[in-house]
Amino acid sequence: MNIPTNLKYTKTDEWFDPLSGKMGLSDYAQSQLSDIVFVEILVEVGDAIEAGKAIASVESVKAAAEAYASASGKVTAVNEGLANTPEILNKDPYGKGWMVQIEGGDAFDLMDAAAYQKYCEERAH
Amino acid sequence: MTDSSTLRQAQGDASLNAKIVEPTLFDLSSPGRVGVSFPDPDVPRAELPESLLRADLPLPELAEVDVVRHYMRLSQFNYSVDGGFYPLGSCTMKYNPKINEDTCRLPGFTATHPLQPIETVQGNLALMFTLQEWLKEISGFAAVTLQPAAGAHGELTGVLIMRAYHKARRDAKRVKMLIPDAAHGTNPASSAMSGLQVMQIPSDARGNVDLAALRSACDETVVGLMLTNPNTLGLFDEHIEEVVKIVHDCGGLMYGDGANLNALLGILRPADVGFDVMHFNLHKTFAVPHGGGGPGSGPVGVAAHLADFLPAPIVGIVEEGSDEEPPLFGFITPAKTIGRVKAFHGQFGALVRAFTYIAMHGPDGLREIAEYAVLNANYLLARLRKTYHVPYDRICMHEFVAEGKVEGSDVRALDIAKRLMDYDFHPPTNYFPHIVHEALMIEPTETENKDTLDRFADALIKIAEEAKAQPELLHDAPTKTPFGRMDEVKAARELVLCCWLPENYSDQ
Amino acid sequence: MNYIPISPKEREAMLAAIGVKSTEELFRDVPKKHRFPKLDLPPALTEMEAAAELEELAASNENLRGDLVSFLGAGAYNHYIPSVVDHILRRGEFYTAYTPYQPEISQGTLQAIFEYQSLMCALTGMEVSNASHYDGATAVAEAVSMAYAQFRGKRTKVVISPAVHPQYRETLRTYAQGMGLQLTGDDPSDVLISNLDSLISLIDANTALVIVQYPDFFGRIYDYTSLIEAAHAQGTLVCVAANPTALALLKTPGEMGADIVVGEGQPLGIPLAYGGPYLGFFTTRKQYIHKMAGRLVGETIDNRGQRAYVLTLTAREQHIKRERATSNICSNQGLMALAAAVYLSLVGKRGLRQVAELCYQRAHYAADQLGKIKGYGLQFPAPFFHEFVLRCPQPAAEINEHLLEHGILGGYDLGQDYPALNNHLLIAVTEMNSKEEIDALVEVLSEVEHD
Repeated sequence: MNIPTNLKYTKTDEWFDPLSGKMGLSDYAQSQLSDIVFVEILVEVGDAIEAGKAIASVESVKAAAEAYASASGKVTAVNEGLANTPEILNKDPYGKGWMVQIEGGDAFDLMDAAAYQKYCEERAH
Repeated sequence: MTDSSTLRQAQGDASLNAKIVEPTLFDLSSPGRVGVSFPDPDVPRAELPESLLRADLPLPELAEVDVVRHYMRLSQFNYSVDGGFYPLGSCTMKYNPKINEDTCRLPGFTATHPLQPIETVQGNLALMFTLQEWLKEISGFAAVTLQPAAGAHGELTGVLIMRAYHKARRDAKRVKMLIPDAAHGTNPASSAMSGLQVMQIPSDARGNVDLAALRSACDETVVGLMLTNPNTLGLFDEHIEEVVKIVHDCGGLMYGDGANLNALLGILRPADVGFDVMHFNLHKTFAVPHGGGGPGSGPVGVAAHLADFLPAPIVGIVEEGSDEEPPLFGFITPAKTIGRVKAFHGQFGALVRAFTYIAMHGPDGLREIAEYAVLNANYLLARLRKTYHVPYDRICMHEFVAEGKVEGSDVRALDIAKRLMDYDFHPPTNYFPHIVHEALMIEPTETENKDTLDRFADALIKIAEEAKAQPELLHDAPTKTPFGRMDEVKAARELVLCCWLPENYSDQ
Repeated sequence: MNYIPISPKEREAMLAAIGVKSTEELFRDVPKKHRFPKLDLPPALTEMEAAAELEELAASNENLRGDLVSFLGAGAYNHYIPSVVDHILRRGEFYTAYTPYQPEISQGTLQAIFEYQSLMCALTGMEVSNASHYDGATAVAEAVSMAYAQFRGKRTKVVISPAVHPQYRETLRTYAQGMGLQLTGDDPSDVLISNLDSLISLIDANTALVIVQYPDFFGRIYDYTSLIEAAHAQGTLVCVAANPTALALLKTPGEMGADIVVGEGQPLGIPLAYGGPYLGFFTTRKQYIHKMAGRLVGETIDNRGQRAYVLTLTAREQHIKRERATSNICSNQGLMALAAAVYLSLVGKRGLRQVAELCYQRAHYAADQLGKIKGYGLQFPAPFFHEFVLRCPQPAAEINEHLLEHGILGGYDLGQDYPALNNHLLIAVTEMNSKEEIDALVEVLSEVEHD
């Protein structure tokens, strides 16, 4: 399980990079979903989003899930590439698999890498 | 025959080396082959509107013998109820009586147009009216519509009725539908389609609706509760009357998902315990065949206070009969109807089959169905519960859910299901309901004899042993079926949804 | 005990294994006061008796196999069904099989549906087809759900032509109850206007979908290319509800640029059967596939290297996506899709054209002859396929009564749905109507004129 230490995490398995303002699904999330076949970003550049609001709809071969905003702010970019190559979300969830970028977000309520690791381990049982 | 390499190119790289077991209609097509012909027009020829014509019609060309052989060969790849045991939970894969296939095909029925004047189709209307009355009697409801085409369609109808009822009473706050966590996906989907919010209610440790959670959820914003009883765990809610009371007390309505009615025929009428609206699945409880995915039929029954909201039209008596004359049956539009939910009158062919089925069972026969369905399920439960963990220590109804896990082995429900196919059984439903891990939902139905049930139990027990001693037998399964496990990732990532592109097929 | 194969001895052994003395004990959780109700139903009939009863019911109808000659269409058509179709449908391997969730033992159903999908795309000129909806009306309703989902609820207006089947429009209104949509354009008094401009004028940036029928409810054929262009200019999608027999001859809606092509597949090898089961076909373009409802069969390979088929993109559907699915559809019209596929493969490219030509030519002969009777006339000048509107000298209901006395099922009384068309019949002619039948119709209608 890959959990980069420079990122913050939500209880719903999203990550947030306070430096870049980017967010996406964690490695744990993508492995739970398994082979992802469709990603639809639900927000547009310019939208004001609140933490917890759905930002993307994800479908895999056997499951469907929503990705929620890990922080609040204004959307400055969305990853258009995900529509064409949804499998990027499986291969590189923290890099090319980013979903939405915001400005003005903060990471007060989020878990750090260690706390998130513990959280993932608890759920494995 | 079109050049096979062009064919394969059109189908995508990875299929290049695929072994073709049965060619498609387009593979088998050859320009100039003729199947069924029709005569030339024998009237003065009118001009065709040139600018509105299509240039080419890229349909295959096969002779009748080619078509027959193709479909015969395809049929041999299918497992079916006529071929063997199909213990799919909540699907009620019971035997489909052949007489029903004959009665629904009587030309007196099949050659009637849905828009014929009512005086010319009194046979059809009498059948529909009687079926409405019979379904009312079986369920205890005051009125029935036969229009919905499937269970999910019935659910949408029922939810719209509930919504309309509250709206008519100017109760605009009600926007939430309560749905237990064990519910079938159609329940929340139907609610969402009706513009309602969905709120999930947990089940308790004995598989009943969690009363405390239900109590705290029930308020003046609740449209109602959608309940399957017995539920998808195969368990009859031990507090059903309390559940109904809680929902009614907050002003909500009780929706009954009738998918599991097979356990209740002649045992309990859902309206008697307080359900306000319920859909029937004629293709489950009433032996209408599943057809490889459909057609189904989902009539909806309602209590008296909801009757005005039924979809239009329902069949009724438009002129009373007398000693000499039968009544005249026709169509009636309920006073506050939600409107029609499809064109014409419903899945009439299914209605004829269900009518025949009920006529041949009568009240005693219907009760026997439920008794034996529940007997068979409990027998399998008794035979299997020492081998597979069943999370709820209770008598089950017509189905039960076991965990598809074997201690000391890493095999999962999926592997057990696939291995069952090597024993010539269709697997039970797996991974549903979600509240049981590695769920295997087993519903034998009443139309199986004890030998079949024993062979099935024996196979599952043997598979559990294989799981420990030779797990690869499960992981590699099935090996004895015409086809093996599919590459579902490829199917989803490299979408090939048509035989091949029309551009590659030229008009000879 | 009709179909229950358990003997009394087996039953005793099973009860013992379970650990109860009687089956009654198995129902201990059912509230006592409501348990074991006495159902007031007629006692069971044997198969022989049931067969007789059903035959009596069937015989009390007047049917199209010998009692009545029919010129009634309006969404359900009397076509010839080649005998092979029912032979295939009666194979237990097809009709008693379940939804093909276990592909290893369902390749018969899966390949048949894959082929059906391909046939429907070939017919409509579109790129993908699902495995069916309930009927033409609900397919139109699902097109609206799909368009609504495609725009994520941001566009709330739907423009629908008044020349779309009245029952389809009613169904759509029922479905739309919970969706907060504005449905507009189908004022029934607008039908005498024979062009599409008024419809086009309603399309704006808030319009999710425009719905038209082809041929329309009155049988008229229009080229919708410019309407579709106008819609696309606003970013609006267009759904065309098409007659599949007509598509054998006519320019496809796909060619016109339609985004969604749906319709009633009953004309393809499915009997009239008093309205059901029928077949809703649904085709669209690849880009909309993730918002499309209904099952989808895709091609793949199995672990033995064999080409095979499997249900794919299943995460779209209700059993996975639940309240976020585009639709709640579960059971579809699978066996009827098989019927359509068998029909199309039997008649093929040549046969379907022959059927369409016969319908077209005989309908035009009928229209020509009927139009010559004093007091009658063709209402609309537009080209038509196999249905047309006949203006009559008296209310349509009276005309039909007279026809029925002569054993003829007249056309559809349009006054029921369109107040301006009170004296108008929608007459349908198919390959099942002989020239003699048409001549008889002309003769009987001429009589009425003289009354």
